Amino acid sequence: MTELKQLYQETILDHNRAPRNFGRLEAPGLQRAEGFNPLCGDRLTVYLHLEKELIRSILFEGSGCAISKASASLMTATVKGRSIASTHELFEAFHRLITGAGTEQDGFVLGKLAVFSGVCDFPSRVKCASLPWHTLMAALKAKETPQPVVSTE
Amino acid sequence: MGRVNNHSAAGVTALGWDVWNIRRDFPILKQKIHGKPLIYLDNAATAQKPHQVIEAVNRFYLEDCSNIHRGVHTLSERATKAYENAREKVRQFINAKSNKEIIFVRGATEAINLVAQAFGRTTVGAMDEIVLSSMEHHSNIVPWQMLCEEKGAHLRVIPMNEEGDLNLDKVNLPFNERTKLVALTHVSNAIGTINPIRKVIEAAHLRNIPVLIDGAQSAPHFRVDVQQLGCDFYVFSGHKLYGPTGVGVLYGKQSLLERMPPYQGGGDMIRSVTFEKTVFNELPYKFEAGTPNISGVTGLGAAIDYVHSVGLEQIEPYERSLTQYALEQLATYPWIRLIGRPRERVSVISFVVDGIHPHDVGTILDQEGIAIRTGHHCAQPVMEHFGLSATCRLSLAFYNTREEIDALVGALKKAREVFSNDGA
Ligand SMILES: Cc1ncc(COP(=O)(O)O)c(C=O)c1O
Repeated sequence: MTELKQLYQETILDHNRAPRNFGRLEAPGLQRAEGFNPLCGDRLTVYLHLEKELIRSILFEGSGCAISKASASLMTATVKGRSIASTHELFEAFHRLITGAGTEQDGFVLGKLAVFSGVCDFPSRVKCASLPWHTLMAALKAKETPQPVVSTE
Repeated sequence: MGRVNNHSAAGVTALGWDVWNIRRDFPILKQKIHGKPLIYLDNAATAQKPHQVIEAVNRFYLEDCSNIHRGVHTLSERATKAYENAREKVRQFINAKSNKEIIFVRGATEAINLVAQAFGRTTVGAMDEIVLSSMEHHSNIVPWQMLCEEKGAHLRVIPMNEEGDLNLDKVNLPFNERTKLVALTHVSNAIGTINPIRKVIEAAHLRNIPVLIDGAQSAPHFRVDVQQLGCDFYVFSGHKLYGPTGVGVLYGKQSLLERMPPYQGGGDMIRSVTFEKTVFNELPYKFEAGTPNISGVTGLGAAIDYVHSVGLEQIEPYERSLTQYALEQLATYPWIRLIGRPRERVSVISFVVDGIHPHDVGTILDQEGIAIRTGHHCAQPVMEHFGLSATCRLSLAFYNTREEIDALVGALKKAREVFSNDGA
């Protein structure tokens, strides 16, 4: 049960039950991207409003497992108000964490996101945690070119 | 809990059926996963192999390894004999008229693609129609979609109802003069429905429309007689029938197969080759280009022998009573929702747990040593029909036990505990 407890931490269950920043953003000039996990059929859309280099507001909607929902919820809560550059850094640290390559330094950068440390023991669930982030990365680029649906495959 | 030694009365029947004895034939079932005895409930994805099959494959490589239909030496003769014996076993298994009607392929998927290429491309034209059902596996949708794309033809879909049964009244059988083929699954891999395919075949034949039956999920569970069914093509995979992966069967009526051009070109499928002209080999070799999966075919032959030794007439009632037990157990809990209530079904059961996504259920069950399938089961139209993106699916084989179903229910309760930690 210990690995399970490590995976389904209190915070993750809480964000699964009551996801933050859940909904559809309607604003002129918004950027959006859609993510899809063909393995499980889960879908998620990330909506962004950028102001210069800052993420002014961010919402997501879709259906998914507890890990992907909590990941999207915590992600939106963490990157709101951040610069694009620091969001990229955060993603890199997060990716190292969930694939078991995290460093001590990453721990400081990640803050609350460290609750996903248990994911690396469940290789089949890494994509659940990373899908929201890949979708966010696509949404950040959405202004330049229309983004195809992000797939975890 | 000593599951395997805890001989339940239900596992041993008056007919001499002893599931605990049968389990000894499956070496993989002895192992532990995360410290718990493996409970394998993902048989619709692939079935486990009895040591009789594993040994047949081993024996081929240890003693008979050689190419077939080519050498005059002893090994080649032995390998050829084993390969052709397996063809005869398959013929008997589905009661085909002739060995010429049994084509070895990689699996159900390749068999369907073969028919789409060799039959479909020569028969289907612009504005023609192919009829499928709404409960097809992606492998009985995509090849037809690709064909329609190429030819400018269309797919028509037989709908299903809330229970997960096909709606087969006349209005819903969309046959007309443009219908060139019906491709229908015998049994749904997502919700277990057994379709009344005789009815569809008869209706189609009234209009001279050929019918392909996807038997991937029927061949392992009950006796199939292709002559009695009257289907024109029947496909299945060896690995779901306790045989090796990478081998499957296309059955086709000889008259149709004779008319079809080859699927792939190469060795073995020819009679003579010059740069001016190739004369194709006769059936079934016309459709078996190149060196086939000889060890796999031999293993499939052994799997059919094994199924006969256990006896489909024993397997069917045992699986039925086990399925009934599982349905009753799952229905006890209001937080478990069964997906589909088909009139007739096999031991494939889809369900969802209130408030817990199937993937999370699957991860928690795995920690308890229990293997189920979670996701869309390569049948997204079925998921869409029920308004879901995924389900949990258990699929039982004749080596599963009531104790294992009890353990599954126990693990589902544990999943609820994990998720109610936060007071939900
Ligand atoms: C109903 C059905 N058709 C076709 C297939 C495809 O079989 P294979 O992947 O062995 O080719 C499956 C396998 O899951 C199935 O369940």
